[in-house]
Amino acid sequence: MTNQDSDLNTSQSRISARLSSLIDNYYIRKIAYSIVTLLGISVLIFVIARVLPGDPARLALGPRAPEDVVEQYRQMLHLHEPLYVQYFVWLTDVFHGRLGISLVTFRDVTTDIIEFLPATVELIVFALVIDVVGAFTLGVLSGRRPNSAVDNFVRVFAYAGIAIPSFVWAIILQLILASWLGLLPAYGRLSLGYEVKRITGLVTLDTLLQGNIPAFFDALSHLIIPSLALAIGTIAQEARILRANLIENVNKDYILNMYSHGLPGSVVFFKYALKPSMIPTVTIMTLDMASLIGNAFLVEFIFNWPGLSRYGITAMLRKDLNAIVGVVLVIGLAYTLASIVIDLLISNLDPRIKHKR
Amino acid sequence: MLLNIQDLYVHYKSYWYINKVLNGVWLRMVEGERVGIIGETGSGKTTLLKSILRILPQNALIPSGVIKFKDIDILRSGEAELSTVRRREIGMIFQDPMAALNPVFKIKDQLYDVVKYKLLAEGHNPTKEELHDHAVRVLNDVKLPDYERVLESFPFQLSGGMRQRVMIAMALISAGKLLLADEPTTNIDVTIQDQILKLIDRLVKQRGLSTILVSHALGMVRQMTDRAYVLYAGDIMEEARTSELFDHPAHPYTSLLISSAPKISTREIGEGIRGKLPDYRFPPIGCRFAPRCPYALDKCHTVKPKRTIINTDHAVACHLYE
Repeated sequence: MTNQDSDLNTSQSRISARLSSLIDNYYIRKIAYSIVTLLGISVLIFVIARVLPGDPARLALGPRAPEDVVEQYRQMLHLHEPLYVQYFVWLTDVFHGRLGISLVTFRDVTTDIIEFLPATVELIVFALVIDVVGAFTLGVLSGRRPNSAVDNFVRVFAYAGIAIPSFVWAIILQLILASWLGLLPAYGRLSLGYEVKRITGLVTLDTLLQGNIPAFFDALSHLIIPSLALAIGTIAQEARILRANLIENVNKDYILNMYSHGLPGSVVFFKYALKPSMIPTVTIMTLDMASLIGNAFLVEFIFNWPGLSRYGITAMLRKDLNAIVGVVLVIGLAYTLASIVIDLLISNLDPRIKHKR
Repeated sequence: MLLNIQDLYVHYKSYWYINKVLNGVWLRMVEGERVGIIGETGSGKTTLLKSILRILPQNALIPSGVIKFKDIDILRSGEAELSTVRRREIGMIFQDPMAALNPVFKIKDQLYDVVKYKLLAEGHNPTKEELHDHAVRVLNDVKLPDYERVLESFPFQLSGGMRQRVMIAMALISAGKLLLADEPTTNIDVTIQDQILKLIDRLVKQRGLSTILVSHALGMVRQMTDRAYVLYAGDIMEEARTSELFDHPAHPYTSLLISSAPKISTREIGEGIRGKLPDYRFPPIGCRFAPRCPYALDKCHTVKPKRTIINTDHAVACHLYE
């Protein structure tokens, strides 16, 4: 064997080692799984949307359109082809960055999504912030002093929060904060009279980028009620879980051990008891994120919020095939991304998970 | 007198009931003494140790009793006084090191905090390097030479023996005068139990510490203590010099307990004691051992026996000796 051969061999083995370590990498694997999941979702929704009764071309053009125009439209949408051909046509389009023509807006679904997604992102991100802050504050307050006045208040709030669905909260909050007290606007994203150029589509961010501070506060005030309505249910649930874990953990030996060394109560509680107690709460947050996205449908409807969920509902009612698949895919993608982020968070909180992978 | 416990009662609240565990316990020790507490599992040994540091779980109540450490009234002292005792006078080795080390913090984090507050109590505000040096020193003392790795590890990454050594190191930081050891060998492999015991013994002698060793392993107590107490169902049954206790047990429970331990010399397995520990929700009114005692008198079921001195350094709570 020559020197060159052995050089080649070692470089080959080095490459294969790097490849296998790449496959071993948890996040690479996770991303690979998500791609498969998303493909699966697309097949499922694609088929379901097309199998349902009703003629999408006729629905799109209206009852009075002449039959030959409708027929032409069907041709354009490949509705005569077998399902798998339709799917592959659609899939090829996806790889070119197009999700197909919306039957309602007659635009590319991608364009529609880019237009409507930011409003939903803004709503959900804001709801998430309220959720995290609210859940931790209430959970810690009630877990620190079980059965105190604060704890009892949180208990009542939590039961109400879990029992009452978010669209009811939306109406209650609209009634109290907007209609009776007049503190906040009842619906919409921005009051009339504010001019905001679209940069990212996130109104709060755009106003800041343009230095329009009054418009920023106006946009913010529009966000409060809908995101609060969205978050209340999950806040309640997560606060209760955090409380239960705190109460359980403060009697564990590892906490008593720290007390036995004379550490101040606040250090023991906020450092040594809070961190292990957060793990189940953060896990539940992953699941709650799904319900946040799901509930956004109703809340966007009530608040006349020009977001993706409202676009999705319209698409379903009008049997807008490509739009339905597009919306579901975006939600699926958001959920997968969120679960990867949460996974990262959890493995930083709980070293046992990170090291056992 | 280093430690003086008188008539200590500890109850645990559960949702419907009150578990009356400690039932008027006494314990006295002078400086430099090594005291053992023996008794079967569930007799309140851990509860007794935890009440000395006042670190009982939140559902515990102390309806009455006195615990005096030197001149400090532990149960009635303020937070400041108590934390000084906890930081630099008394250290405790917990029963299960896996449960007593926080699973989501590195050994480093936990050890540094313990050192930090001990040094603060001594009026010194340590730097990061001093914390590290101090931690390394205690890890060396407990024969953990690979200290850099240990410090950077999480508890689950260490072996059982290593965890126990970390636990001992941690306890030693705060044990300026008194070391409480709660069954220090129960949760580790038999092969290293002896090593751990010798380590504790050596460290205690080096530092001139007083110790309370709690165990249901009679051989260990016999080897390592000067005086021993027998605890059964939350009551002290007997106290004596260790050798006297094992050679001339006075209380029926003590003699039954000693004879039920398996002996290597005669290859016999003891008879054991009939029955089980009482239900702490409804404990016997008289002597708590009466329902299981082969010599029980009528009185034993109705009147709680008092501490009776039967010899120098030998006291027993039993109606047979009154």
